[in-house]
Amino acid sequence: MDIYNRRKYLIIAIIIAVFVLIVLRLIQLQIFDPTYKIYADNNSQRRIIQYPPRGLMYDRNGKLLVCNQIAYDLMIIPRQMSSFDTTSFLKDMQIDKNDFLERLQKAKQYSYYRPSEFYKQMSKEQYAYFQEHLYKYHGFYVQARSLREYPIAIAAHIVGDVGEVNTEMINNDKYYTIGDYAGKSGIELTFEKYLRGEKGVKIYLVDVHNRIQGSYMNGEYDTLAIPGKNLELSIDANLQEYGEILMRNKIGSIVAIEPSSGEILAMVSSPTYDPNLMVGRQRGYNYDSLLNHKDLPLYNRAVTAAYPPGSIFKMAMALIGLQEQVISEYTSLPCDKNLVGCHGHPPNSNLMRAIQYSCNPYFYVVGKRIIQQGKETSIFRDSRIGLEIWKKNIVSLGFEQKFEIGIPSVYTGFIPGPDYYDKIYGKHRWAYSTIYSLSIGQGEVLVTPLQMANFTAIIANRGFYYMPHLVKKIDDELVEAKYRQKIITPFEKDCFEPLVEGMYAAVNEDFGTGGLARVKGLDICGKTGTAQNPHGEDHSIFIAFAPKENPKIAIAVYVENAGFGGVWAAPIASVMIEKYLTDTVTNKWSEKRILDANLIENESTQR
Amino acid sequence: MRAHRGSIIRNIDWISIIIYLILIIAGWINIYAAVYDENHQSIFDISMRYGKQLIWISAAVFIASVLLIIDSKFYSAFSYIIYGLSMASLIGVLITGIVSHGAQSWFQIGNIRLQPAEFAKMATALALAQYISRDSFSFKNTKDFILCFVIISIPVILIMLQPDVGSALVYSSLIIMFYREGLNGIWLLFFSTLIFLFILSLIISQTVLIIIIVILTIIIYRINTYKFKQTAYAIAAALIIGLISYGILYFSDYSINLNYIIFFAALTYGFTGLVIAIFKRNKTLRIFASIMILAVLYVMLVNYFYNNILKEHQQHRISEVLGIETDPLGTGYNVNQSKIAIGSGGFGGKGFLNGTQTKYNFVPEQDTDFIFCTIGEEWGFVGAFLVLLTFLVLILRIIWLAERQRSVFSRVYGYSLAVVFFFHVIINIGMTIGIMPVIGIPLPFFSYGGSSLWAFTIFLFIFLRLDANRLEIFR
Repeated sequence: MDIYNRRKYLIIAIIIAVFVLIVLRLIQLQIFDPTYKIYADNNSQRRIIQYPPRGLMYDRNGKLLVCNQIAYDLMIIPRQMSSFDTTSFLKDMQIDKNDFLERLQKAKQYSYYRPSEFYKQMSKEQYAYFQEHLYKYHGFYVQARSLREYPIAIAAHIVGDVGEVNTEMINNDKYYTIGDYAGKSGIELTFEKYLRGEKGVKIYLVDVHNRIQGSYMNGEYDTLAIPGKNLELSIDANLQEYGEILMRNKIGSIVAIEPSSGEILAMVSSPTYDPNLMVGRQRGYNYDSLLNHKDLPLYNRAVTAAYPPGSIFKMAMALIGLQEQVISEYTSLPCDKNLVGCHGHPPNSNLMRAIQYSCNPYFYVVGKRIIQQGKETSIFRDSRIGLEIWKKNIVSLGFEQKFEIGIPSVYTGFIPGPDYYDKIYGKHRWAYSTIYSLSIGQGEVLVTPLQMANFTAIIANRGFYYMPHLVKKIDDELVEAKYRQKIITPFEKDCFEPLVEGMYAAVNEDFGTGGLARVKGLDICGKTGTAQNPHGEDHSIFIAFAPKENPKIAIAVYVENAGFGGVWAAPIASVMIEKYLTDTVTNKWSEKRILDANLIENESTQR
Repeated sequence: MRAHRGSIIRNIDWISIIIYLILIIAGWINIYAAVYDENHQSIFDISMRYGKQLIWISAAVFIASVLLIIDSKFYSAFSYIIYGLSMASLIGVLITGIVSHGAQSWFQIGNIRLQPAEFAKMATALALAQYISRDSFSFKNTKDFILCFVIISIPVILIMLQPDVGSALVYSSLIIMFYREGLNGIWLLFFSTLIFLFILSLIISQTVLIIIIVILTIIIYRINTYKFKQTAYAIAAALIIGLISYGILYFSDYSINLNYIIFFAALTYGFTGLVIAIFKRNKTLRIFASIMILAVLYVMLVNYFYNNILKEHQQHRISEVLGIETDPLGTGYNVNQSKIAIGSGGFGGKGFLNGTQTKYNFVPEQDTDFIFCTIGEEWGFVGAFLVLLTFLVLILRIIWLAERQRSVFSRVYGYSLAVVFFFHVIINIGMTIGIMPVIGIPLPFFSYGGSSLWAFTIFLFIFLRLDANRLEIFR
């Protein structure tokens, strides 16, 4: 019945043969081959990890932003300890007895056999003194590590920080072992793989007295550490530093982009902090106090805070209106304050003037013409179609899109669409009259300062942009191609001309809303915005680019609780542009006025 | 005999149970030695791994007792359901499992981590046993043949997705069981040749490998004819074709890789042989020429696939598994340290708890995948040999038990157990002594961890339960 019965013999033979093979190998390894015994005989090895220097970061002009300093950790292997003069040890290390016992206990709890940190980041004096006496203390050795140092204390939110790896990271990436450092935020985190380099290892044979007897297997298993790669950032350190100084005592952010490349020239989030606080033995304490600060300095407002854009959104409405051909650049509409409030200004003879004066009723009507194009008789159905078109166009301008600029946690913002209003009001139960505040950048729309700056770059370029980014080169190699790919928006080039003219007039002609941004000879084009804030003073907004032809810089400034856009954001943008283009600031009065202003106090007194 | 039916105590195979107990106790003691810590000397200290292992062991013994109580018909009746549940758990772990060591393989339930892949082996064996024990089953039937491979492929693919290559490779051992159940021996030969050639073509030069293939083909073809003169002619012909190809390509303007010259020559030689065979109507020669051509093509394809299609990190992973690259911080260093630990044990070992290599963190994973190092170092050749012998006795005992079953179901299941067990033992021990690639699979009953221990306990005790009712026939 079981015709394959005899096959068991072959199977058993194979199994026995394999076992015999293993036993033969064991005989060779354990009885005949002496090599392995020699290495193990009373000797043990010590693997000293060679930590590579972490990659440096430079600004766009080659100025050093982030570099390394050396720190020394005192390591311990409890099993290798032998009795020694504790008193002199305590003196050498300048620690007291209880501290010593506590640290020793901790090391023993971790492992008797594995090295652990006994004392992290010894001071230079401690190291110098200790190194001389190290031979007396068996079981201890010194491990050099590199820590970060920031020669100019700027751009903390951009560069990010480095900290000890946690258990999760060790489990997920074999490269790390306990006590290693890795990027925790910002560019340090995103570019960790480039910055960290490759660890090396030197294996020594040590005798029972813990003295190094030579290298193991003639260094066959040693490797050299490969240094991390250096990064060239797109940031202009001077501009960044200037922006951070201007924003002191104010909450908000500045983002400046080079329109012809998408490179971010400056990205200020205020309040900020000194990145040097995140280094060394005080890191934990400093981190906690920053984390609990009422103004949230750790929070990168430039990319994570989403605000209503205010009147700068009128530019987007104008673009869509032109593209959808519901208005032309000659469209003249009355400033009808019955529709929506406005401020006193000369009549809107055309689109350009409406932008110059930032007329609310004008854009109320533009919005209505976009949303309710009359494609359906029911205004509810019509609004649904119109809003769909509107949202598609808005999104093509970079809103509600995630920009991978080179740092983590970049927020997309929010642009409401038909589904969103359906959920709130019910399907076909809302029309333009329900949602008209979109047309002047209020209501549910939320955008980040980065997106505002990118939108400005699109206007400056008359219709295209590059993905904004912070890193230009990795060790002289250009960053990924996706950052060098021109992204073309669906809008005709002609649509942008009245916008540019309007922005030019807003700054450079009488009755313009951005007069405080005017600088002779620089041809700054700008647009103010004021976002209503139910909790206090309005937010002050200004977007601008300059010069008008072949723009070199596009900027967005957002100052929380600072009132009308022309009052604070416009002069800040103006001095930033002047600083970048000419490296000097002529309007000392405006500069001093900004520097002296404390807009955080303002808010608290008002409340 | 009938009188004793139902009396588990009498019918159960006590020899297997005793070996099982010896192995888990020896395993426990070695985990104690591997992670020994002067601060926690009690072997019952549950803050340490040996203490935790004791809990796993107690639970395993409890599970084993429960399994012996359950009626043996249950396992055949529910085999497909158990298989289905197990596959569902493999899918579940891909969704809700936690990631450790780069693979998403574990369920975390409170403090306990379970690895469903360990249990899937047993479930697959049950399903195969059920399928193969059908009356009409035959490996000659294409549908049956394919379905058997499908039953295996599902867990293999799901485990590869984690990814856990080691646990997936375990299933390849089941082909030995298929062979016992009637799979044509050619398949056994075919699969082992494919694997063998794949590895060889990556670790030795293609040129050398192709020359070996050609010469081996000639020798095997001629082996039964005893025509030495003709064999010599054939080899000479191969050499001449090789030289001519070399000449042609050498004097042409292209700078051509030696590998391509040999490849071209071998193909020319093979096709010449094929043409001659067709003319002379020599069937044997035709088969040999075809096999040679296919083997040469396969070798080139593997190299092409490896160098041109795989990405750098994938190449690295494979070469690390094959031990081609010795990464001092990775595989190469580990195996070397492991060999030092075992080698330093000598004949008699250094004595319990006196191992230095396994304690000073030189050997990685010293209480899990590399637990055999502790045995080799502290108990020497004597200890290592005894452990190996115990494993061998258990495997042979299982085969012997499997052979005495009346029902095909129990035999298939028993063989599956034996070959999976065999695979684990030889791959794990083989890797610690540097004769097998480093793929992380545990040493059954020795490596620290509950999943492996429980899974093998369940695997074994279901079989012992089936064996206790061996006089019945299950469907």
